[in-house]
Amino acid sequence: MIAYIIRRLLYAIPILIGVNLITFLLFFVVNSPDDIARMQLGAKRVTPEAIEKWKAERGYDKPMVWNAAAPGVAKATDTILFDKSVRMFALDFGRADDGRDIALEIRSRMGPSLAIAIPTFILGLFVTVSFALLLVFFRNTALDVGGVVLCVAAMSISGLFYIIGGQYLVSKVWNLVPISGYAPGLDAGKFLILPVLISVVGGIGASARWYRTLFLEEINKDYVRTARAKGLSELRVLFRHVLKNAMIPILTGVVVVIPLLFMGSLLLESFFGIPGLGSYTIDAIGSQDFAVVRSMVFIGSVLYIVGLLLTDISYTLVDPRVRLN
Amino acid sequence: MDFKPLLLWSDILLWAMVAGCIALAVYCRRQDYLRRAWRRVGESGVAMASATILAAFVSVGLLDSLHYQPRLPAQEGSSEVQYAPEVLSVLDALVADLRLNKEKTYSAPLATHAFAKETMERDGLQTRDYPRLKWGGAHLDDVAGRDSDLARRAASGAFYGLLLWAAVVGVAVGWMALARGAPYGATCRTVWRPGTAATRPIAWRAVFATLAVLSVIGGITAAWSAGYHVFGTDKVGQDVLYLSLKSVRTALLIGTLTTLVTLPLAVALGLIAGFRGGWWDDAIQYLYTVLNSIPGVLLIAAMVLMMQVVIDTHPEWFETAAERADARLLALCFILGLTSWTGLCRLLRAETLKLRELDYVQAARAFGVGDARIMARHILPNLMHIVLIALVMDFSGLVLSEAVLSYIGIGVDSSMNSFGTMINAARLELSREPVVWWSLAAAFVLMLALVLAANLFADAVRDAFDPRFQWRARRIVKNVTA
Repeated sequence: MIAYIIRRLLYAIPILIGVNLITFLLFFVVNSPDDIARMQLGAKRVTPEAIEKWKAERGYDKPMVWNAAAPGVAKATDTILFDKSVRMFALDFGRADDGRDIALEIRSRMGPSLAIAIPTFILGLFVTVSFALLLVFFRNTALDVGGVVLCVAAMSISGLFYIIGGQYLVSKVWNLVPISGYAPGLDAGKFLILPVLISVVGGIGASARWYRTLFLEEINKDYVRTARAKGLSELRVLFRHVLKNAMIPILTGVVVVIPLLFMGSLLLESFFGIPGLGSYTIDAIGSQDFAVVRSMVFIGSVLYIVGLLLTDISYTLVDPRVRLN
Repeated sequence: MDFKPLLLWSDILLWAMVAGCIALAVYCRRQDYLRRAWRRVGESGVAMASATILAAFVSVGLLDSLHYQPRLPAQEGSSEVQYAPEVLSVLDALVADLRLNKEKTYSAPLATHAFAKETMERDGLQTRDYPRLKWGGAHLDDVAGRDSDLARRAASGAFYGLLLWAAVVGVAVGWMALARGAPYGATCRTVWRPGTAATRPIAWRAVFATLAVLSVIGGITAAWSAGYHVFGTDKVGQDVLYLSLKSVRTALLIGTLTTLVTLPLAVALGLIAGFRGGWWDDAIQYLYTVLNSIPGVLLIAAMVLMMQVVIDTHPEWFETAAERADARLLALCFILGLTSWTGLCRLLRAETLKLRELDYVQAARAFGVGDARIMARHILPNLMHIVLIALVMDFSGLVLSEAVLSYIGIGVDSSMNSFGTMINAARLELSREPVVWWSLAAAFVLMLALVLAANLFADAVRDAFDPRFQWRARRIVKNVTA
């Protein structure tokens, strides 16, 4: 097991190097730092001195990959590639283009992001799985057909409308919770209820339909017939036997997103003014702060790879037939 | 000439895609197994109804893809012909009433008065009141007669709509009668009462019923929009119905042009990886694992930001604003394609691995057929159903993601009409007092109709072509709403 995990972690290294190279190509080769400086400084008539100053302040004035002027090892390390990209492997993200420390921002914004993402994840999983099992319980009836139609309609609505509509209805018309904002500690509850609910409701459609087909696949297998034959109630059969056996495909889709919960949700956080990583990313995109976007791309990939590893490990936990090698 | 035709790059590509679809249809007619699969799609009433709605959207989009520049009035003493810098489309010309009759600011759907009070002079006195609109209900002498005017227009609109519908259905049934060599009355009866399941007829009834609903709705909307703003006007007084119709083209382009990038990448790399194996396989797997491990939205955001810098630093590439917006739209399609081919590629690779071991491929190999020929003749045709299903299923996801991306500010150009820019412009309107709901409602209704029809159609295509394989409803932009 441990050998497997170590091998998988080693396998992740070339992938991360690839991600790093892609971001380097995107952010420094497609457009030279000069272009970016000119755009950031805005005006058409920017003096070359201003551009040089902007670049020097942010460390973009070094050579790209090879610094011939530097002594010794610094030939390779005193470059943009090393400074801005390679350092990310040590989780050293440097400063944002507005001068703030990115790692510090990430640490302080992780809390709010998790406060919204974890309840959404747990509640969402519970609700969609139960809903799908209910549909299966009522299979071949009008209720099932109606539920599936509802799912297809729900997944055809853009997530934006769930947020805008929910915010309008709950916060403005019914006046139940504040429209947006955030408070640390327990006070956060009243700000978090609505975004969590909205994203649970918005996510039901696609996943519930998918889970339903998974459960329907299991429902005619021998072990289910045996369970029914020994007199178990249908609900018990569904929740105890079918659910357990349909777990593997569900896990593939679910476990992989757990690490990504850290990243928060772009739309929800920006709509509800929650100071998490999602709104940080949105703000960075809006103000074209490339240093932040670059860091988020890298962190996102690291988390995704961790998620894949967790998925494989979780297989062995739910299905003893799976061997890791 | 009064106008100069202008082909934007997206127009060329879109019409090329239409030509490609026609070629595909001809190909499918010739291949027995494909024709039978399409027949199964045709037997489903839901699928045919959705296809009819999609066809209506596509025709709006295609009308909006024939662009021209109108000629400016000739200047004194100059014989030189000049064309306006603004680029119009045939759709613009057809709904010129909607495009040109602007109000000052917001007005509610079918309203006769503006949304905000204004100071005006009446009988020599300064009063504050809601002014009459310049276009909405301007033909009414007495505002109290609005409701009866609306009812009258609705009735005549529905009547003409049904008349048109009857004509279309009459011609269509006549054509079917000719094709089958059956008498007209008998054809009518079989269309209306399709008979037993054994004959498995195409669900024409669903098509005609949907057409009837569409033509009644269209007739009423057309009759109303000749004197009112049916969906109201937005902040700068533009007709919301017009904006929604213009958004359809953007949504269709994003949903279809992206496949021009996805398809060659996914098919070529998937085939090579699966068939060649060895280091080809390793390299291609590495490539898509790397791309796949970057969260979709972030990769799209990074690429779009970089594309923005390129476009901003090279203003000399584009002659008109329309061309710049068009280039941005194409670049967005390109980026969406680059980030979304990995899923399909992985499926195709796995399927190729299976097909490679089959007897007929081995036989072809034993006969000394080259690799390229085996891939093209023996493997590719057996992957086509996967490609087709993936394309149809991705369409709705792409349309939805356009709205989200434009909302975040990394979508289409802000001067381009799209559902995303409509929602973005209207997002603060619900917090106004009284509420301005009509822009959002219009975007909601049209998007729901388009995406729902696409989803239902995709389901039918999937069931007809490959009922056993489990297709997860894949979304291109992951984790955006979750």
